[in-house]
Amino acid sequence: MNAGTEAESGVRYTTVAIGLHWLMVVLLMGMVSVGVYMSDLQLSPQKLQLYSWHKWGGVTAFLLVVVRLAWRATHSPPPLPTSMPPLLQRAAHAGHIALYLLMIAIPLSGWLMSSAKGFQTVYFGVLPIPDLLVKNEELGKALKQVHELLNWALILLVLGHVGAAIKHHFIDKDGLLWRMSLRRPRTGEH
Amino acid sequence: MQSLRKTLLLVTLLASAPVSALEYAAVDAAKSNLSFVYKQMGVPVDGSFKKFAVQLRFDPAKPQTGNASIELDLASIDAGSPDANDEVASKLWFNTKTFPKATFTSSEIKALGGNRYEIRGKMNIKGKTLDASAPFTFSNGVADGAFVLKRGDYAIGEGMWADYGTVANEIQIKFRFTAVPGK
Repeated sequence: MNAGTEAESGVRYTTVAIGLHWLMVVLLMGMVSVGVYMSDLQLSPQKLQLYSWHKWGGVTAFLLVVVRLAWRATHSPPPLPTSMPPLLQRAAHAGHIALYLLMIAIPLSGWLMSSAKGFQTVYFGVLPIPDLLVKNEELGKALKQVHELLNWALILLVLGHVGAAIKHHFIDKDGLLWRMSLRRPRTGEH
Repeated sequence: MQSLRKTLLLVTLLASAPVSALEYAAVDAAKSNLSFVYKQMGVPVDGSFKKFAVQLRFDPAKPQTGNASIELDLASIDAGSPDANDEVASKLWFNTKTFPKATFTSSEIKALGGNRYEIRGKMNIKGKTLDASAPFTFSNGVADGAFVLKRGDYAIGEGMWADYGTVANEIQIKFRFTAVPGK
């Protein structure tokens, strides 16, 4: 069986799923970059602004992942290529589940950390998100570490995710990448 | 004759004693607090001062004869986070090295009816003295009040902080002083 036929037959994720995926890519790359940059800044109005924007971004990412999960639950993704060994298929599923879990856990840890440090999250400066925790400096420090560790895990998983996609495209040449591509493949291209 | 003069003296003394008799003359620091709320990017942040001294003479029945003064140790601030505590001690904020204390001295206390009063006086922060006033309630020896201080009036937060976009100009100050009756 020709591994390329599935891609060529046009089995792709839905447009909504593709849009959400790439929106998340841009948002999470921005969030991680801003997060790393802002935490080492000296206290300044700019730092306070970046923290607020980062929190608003985090709430947005959380809402988007909820939408993604709802969409995912109601729309089956295209099947993995039959040429893929069952073990790798299971690894791919596990990787995707872990990515979703992190996309949920990271904004939650950020929100809890912010509460424990005594700063409520107010979405776009307008909508106050209730504090689940009361101010507690030690807990705040611990949650900051949790937030950072989860992000390192996300970075490693995303590297694995990208690595797998590259392997599919250039080594397996199974056309898998086109399922999530923003543009459709030209006939015979992979 | 001698005994009559003694009796008259006693009567005069008794008559001059205050009728309401309860004048408060000190504040119990352990049962008092001075806190504030400021807005940072639209988010309310709580803060407080740990060290302050209050002098007062206050008779709820005759508030106009009372007076109060407060001396505040600015280094005792908790502005919400260790970072913020360091920052507000700097020259741009309180310049605590040069101006370690903020003070308020009353010029007038008046009754507003019921258990409500208003205190007016001079506030000195960071070398600037301005008129200030605050309403408060007084019951069972506890004075409870709040007012809004505009940080810009005293140049609290200069330079990059002068813009109110990140840290708002209006600071809500809340005080709760437990007064102790004098003898």
